[in-house]
Amino acid sequence: MSLPPFSAFLEQHRVDVYRFLVATVGPQHADDCFQETFLAALRAYPRLDPGTNLRAWILTIAGRKAIDHGRRARRAVPMAVLPERALPASPDGEPGLWRAVRELPPMQRAAIAHRYVLDLSYREVAEALGCSEEAARASAHEGRKRLRERLASMREDA
Amino acid sequence: MRELGALRRLDVDRASSRAAAGLAPRAEREGLVDVAFVEVQSPLGTLLAAATRRGLVRLAYPNEDRDQTLEELARLVSPRVLEAPARLDGIRRELDEYFGGQRKRFEFGVDFALSRGFTQRVLRATARIPFGSVSTYREVAERAGNDRAYRAAGNALGSNRVPIVVPCHRVLHSGGGLGGYTGGLDRKRFLLSLEGVL
Repeated sequence: MSLPPFSAFLEQHRVDVYRFLVATVGPQHADDCFQETFLAALRAYPRLDPGTNLRAWILTIAGRKAIDHGRRARRAVPMAVLPERALPASPDGEPGLWRAVRELPPMQRAAIAHRYVLDLSYREVAEALGCSEEAARASAHEGRKRLRERLASMREDA
Repeated sequence: MRELGALRRLDVDRASSRAAAGLAPRAEREGLVDVAFVEVQSPLGTLLAAATRRGLVRLAYPNEDRDQTLEELARLVSPRVLEAPARLDGIRRELDEYFGGQRKRFEFGVDFALSRGFTQRVLRATARIPFGSVSTYREVAERAGNDRAYRAAGNALGSNRVPIVVPCHRVLHSGGGLGGYTGGLDRKRFLLSLEGVL
């Protein structure tokens, strides 16, 4: 058994990785984080054990890049100085949802993204996040609760 | 949750495809692409061209399975295979000129990494047959160091991974018969008439 050509690996997982990144870093930064993710993968690729679960592997790298991006953004972006940029409209025009998902604490955000954006089972969410299935369920539950509250208060504001 | 459905409706297929296309130039700058490939339009159909840093390592006719071609490159050269068109700009232009009757010699280098031993020597000898002339299986076997191995020379040419540029179409039977061709005899005839031999 040998590794597939990187091009085939990229083609097979690009949609899931992109979807995950849109949910975690937002549509504006998804392209850059996507390329960072696959560049890191390409660097390590020839030394990879051909038996590796490639989907879990690339989603783990994407998760790390999303966290790095979050740290960088907090350090480097003085929010008070930057004008509030409008998010590119999602097809049904719910930019508030993007923001609400990204404002969740990291574990909840990752659990929500893996579960609802990538349609992973809780067992797979746990594997990707390196936690127990119960912890994954709890994070997603907490995340859902917060999202519901956040969206409700946004509607009241509007 | 109904709201989360919104995340699913973004056109991620198109957006991720665009982001993936932007990966190649960045990977090239970092020296991470061991095998770059691109599709090239030609009068003989859509060819798949692949190059290492040393030169053209593969040119595949449309009848060859694309996935298998890339898998072979991943297995025998490196799994760092990526669609990176810029590296192949030179050979694409040269092929255009060749098919347009404007070019008789390819300057773009050839990487013989997919062949070994006698096979590689036969292919290297074949690469030196000039435009507009032909040779025989016996002659290329002799130039590869074994004049009696003309059958083996035929097999070597049949396994040529860089047709057209390594011109195995210029090798014929001693009796004047066309012999065989990986891309099919129609393509061999087409190339020989393009070069004014037939």
